[in-house]
Amino acid sequence: MIGPEEGVMQSRAQAMAAIFELLTDQPLIVCNGFPSREACKLRDRDQNFYMIGSMGATAGIGLGLALAQPEKTVVVFDGDGNVLMSLGTLATIGALKPKNLIHVVFDNEVYGTTGNQPTYSRVVGLDKVARAAGYENVERVWEKEDIVYEFKAMLADSGPSFLLIKVNEQLEEADRIALAPQELTKRFKQSVS
Amino acid sequence: MLEADDFVKGLQDIGFDFFTGVPDTILGGIIAHLTEERIYTPAVREDEAVAMAAGAYFGGKVPAVLMQNSGLGNALNVLESLNLIYQIPCLLLVSWRGFEGKDAPEHLVMGETMTTLLDTIRIPHRTLTAETMTEDLQWTAKTFMEQRIPVALLLKKGIVKTVQP
Repeated sequence: MIGPEEGVMQSRAQAMAAIFELLTDQPLIVCNGFPSREACKLRDRDQNFYMIGSMGATAGIGLGLALAQPEKTVVVFDGDGNVLMSLGTLATIGALKPKNLIHVVFDNEVYGTTGNQPTYSRVVGLDKVARAAGYENVERVWEKEDIVYEFKAMLADSGPSFLLIKVNEQLEEADRIALAPQELTKRFKQSVS
Repeated sequence: MLEADDFVKGLQDIGFDFFTGVPDTILGGIIAHLTEERIYTPAVREDEAVAMAAGAYFGGKVPAVLMQNSGLGNALNVLESLNLIYQIPCLLLVSWRGFEGKDAPEHLVMGETMTTLLDTIRIPHRTLTAETMTEDLQWTAKTFMEQRIPVALLLKKGIVKTVQP
């Protein structure tokens, strides 16, 4: 029986909030579903790009931006379901090795937006896959103190970096993204290019 | 028949400066030239390539994605639920495998239905010919800039010189 990892106290929103405290003007790509809604509610910034569809494309978008803007550190907020859908992108990132990409994965081991159906991340360690694929820095964390410590280190080090944060299934009450998709494109492009 | 470097130069002249994709034999010459010029970033799937192109567009690049038409199937969701609704443009350089039914069986359905598929999802497309390359590229640039959505240039076998596998 595959179930959520026991003893994980922190919600994704709490983990996200810890990272938002450390961000300045870095561009951020957030995966579709509740993660985007939660990020928008916690800290809406012009440098946030919220996906509402195209599941699996998060890291690919971040990679393209990192290659186009090598002097900027690009941060990706991803989920375990999203990463599993495009596992090949870990290979692309591991092979191309963009120094300026930090790939954060909030791993709740379920498809949380659609009713908590289990994903395979409980049995397949996505951090191990990322390490095998060639990411330079890979860490798995549970606690807020460790999130802060490791993310700070990743901001300072050369990437690509992969921060797997184990979180519980709790969702933050958050509305759908109010800005129209084409307005998000304009706002984000203007703020990063 | 067009030389690959002339075609690539034509693309660069109208602004394209970020190239990614997944190979096909029809596209082999173009990819070889782009790789030589160190301006090609290989992807592992066509939807990943379209996502990378979107990120590059945000970062100020003018992106093109190369793919076999089978890859349109892989890229369909990202084209529909990212590019088309967010108005993120890219050029799709799509090889037309299965044209007029003359190809291996796996290419025949897509070869026959590709233009209908593109019409259905409202992606403007045009088929490149050696004689009309300049106009084809002008149309591509104009559609890209005005509509801010993906635009497809279809490449049949024998239009741009390729490499022997």
